[in-house]
Amino acid sequence: MVEILVYGTVQSAGLLLMTFGFSLVYGISRLPNFAHGALFVFTGYAAWLLRNEARLPYWLAAALALLAAGLLGVLIYQLVLKRIRGMEMSEVIATYAIGLLILESLRWRGLRGTTFTLPVLAPGAVNLLGVPIDYQRIAVVLLGFGIVGALWILTKTTRLGLALRGVAQDEQAAMLLGIDTDLVATVAVGLGSVLAGAGALILFPLGSIVVQSGYQVLVWAIAVCVVGGLGSWAGTVVACLLLGFAQHLTAAYGKPHYQMVVMLLAIIVTLVIKPSGLLGRQKELEERV
Amino acid sequence: MSGIRRRKRIDRGIKVRSESIYVLTSLREIGYLAAPRVLLVGGLLALPLARQGSPYAGKVALSALIVALLAISFDFLANFAGLVCLGGAFFYGVGGYAAAFLNEELGLPCYLALPLAAVLGALICTLAIWPCLPLRGIYFAVVTLMYPLLATRLIEAFDVLGGTEGYMGIIGFPSETLEAYVLIVLVLAGLFGLRRFLAEDPGLVIRAVKDNDQAVKAAGIGVTWCRTKTLFIASLFGCFAGAYYAHLYGAVGISAFALDLSLLPIAATVVGGSGTLVGPLVGSLLLVPLGELLREFGGLRTAVYAAILTVVIVLRSEGLIPFLARKYAQRETWVEL
Repeated sequence: MVEILVYGTVQSAGLLLMTFGFSLVYGISRLPNFAHGALFVFTGYAAWLLRNEARLPYWLAAALALLAAGLLGVLIYQLVLKRIRGMEMSEVIATYAIGLLILESLRWRGLRGTTFTLPVLAPGAVNLLGVPIDYQRIAVVLLGFGIVGALWILTKTTRLGLALRGVAQDEQAAMLLGIDTDLVATVAVGLGSVLAGAGALILFPLGSIVVQSGYQVLVWAIAVCVVGGLGSWAGTVVACLLLGFAQHLTAAYGKPHYQMVVMLLAIIVTLVIKPSGLLGRQKELEERV
Repeated sequence: MSGIRRRKRIDRGIKVRSESIYVLTSLREIGYLAAPRVLLVGGLLALPLARQGSPYAGKVALSALIVALLAISFDFLANFAGLVCLGGAFFYGVGGYAAAFLNEELGLPCYLALPLAAVLGALICTLAIWPCLPLRGIYFAVVTLMYPLLATRLIEAFDVLGGTEGYMGIIGFPSETLEAYVLIVLVLAGLFGLRRFLAEDPGLVIRAVKDNDQAVKAAGIGVTWCRTKTLFIASLFGCFAGAYYAHLYGAVGISAFALDLSLLPIAATVVGGSGTLVGPLVGSLLLVPLGELLREFGGLRTAVYAAILTVVIVLRSEGLIPFLARKYAQRETWVEL
């Protein structure tokens, strides 16, 4: 019982790390960044390359990889998304294509098999309430909820946060008040990419860097968005907790194969019972149904 | 003030004259109207001739047409019904497995298994995606993205339908000529049929749902039922493509749900011209041979398609067919201001 509680929390925090960037970007600038999963894998692989081939110390490699992810996000916005802003269908297709371009190029570049691993932050394990758990998983929980908390404080207290929220509420009104909405969207996409990268650096040490996780992250990000309700921070966190525990239970008592089924069922059940998501509001309801 | 110019476009006289019934009075104008259609139909019907030259070219042409069916299905869903489906491979795979199942487990001959698989597969796809139909925009896109992944996982997990091996030894067509013309005639019939359907009343409702579903609801027409019909039609195209492929190569496996098959039709649609229905066909006739040239690069093929897709959507989003149609119908001149 305690084990379910502990590892379910770990799974939920991992899910939060994977998906938060996506829901942040969509919540702020209404840009569906389908390249999110690709950025996730890209950062992990970049960190691996910098550490193992350029022989940089790990903290420097990680920082550079995060920077690269942020820059890539900014580039995607400036070169591609800016030109097709507002055409929802093109946004989806273009970002999805960019994501595939990144992922398949990485696969071609040699990202195959299970040889690519990142080091853990701190080796070793500890007994928590009678359940053995390693330090890395504790770090996942602390950082997962920590990053979300930090961002929450950022958007509530700083000028930038105010601008982000203003654009999220009403882009034209924000523009009228002198907020450079293009700049804000760029910042949002860059921030989302860095978040995807941070998630990758924290989560990849638990397994190995594989291209497949890029697709998985994208699918899970959408599942969390649909279940939680968009633009709602609490909704995202609650959805991560729900789906995280659901995932852990299916993996523990069924086959890991069923995780995808659980996600799809969660989406369908949410749509049938409460289409706006757990904590979504009326505005989002109009947009999706 | 030299140096300031703008491009002026005027409809060609012949285009204007051939718009009304009086087109019938002049052979030249009939020819103007008929030329693109004759070119398309004649070109497709002549495709099997390429096969006499080299069997390989014939196979490539047939797989281009299979992709064209998927692309037309995508175009119809995305640009006429407003449902962007990123999981076209789901239709394809379900159709392929349906054909294999009917042929191998029930022993139906090819001419029964193929049409039955298309209809049965379309029913299965429609039922499977039906709960997600109220979704719009990116939500629908990503939920459909999950379906092919889900199908692969389910087949692996339950080890049904041949498991990871799939089905082998599905009975093919009795003759090669028949094989080619079944596909060509059905592609043409599907293309022109769909165009006519979209111009009639039911098609009008489908397009209205895309533009403003609240207004359709206010007019007393059920939006979800309308989308269900749309989805059925689109999956009919996709499932037929899959079923045909299964009979053509005699095998179907979980690679029928591969990502390539979802992406390639989208790329073909965007390159050929979204919302034209002919565009996807022309786009796949261009992209599939290109993909064959890149075969030796293996996995990089998907990346190349993705790159083409991104560049075209950003820089030339109108696509090939609308561009050609404009050149055909209008005269452009530069005018000094």
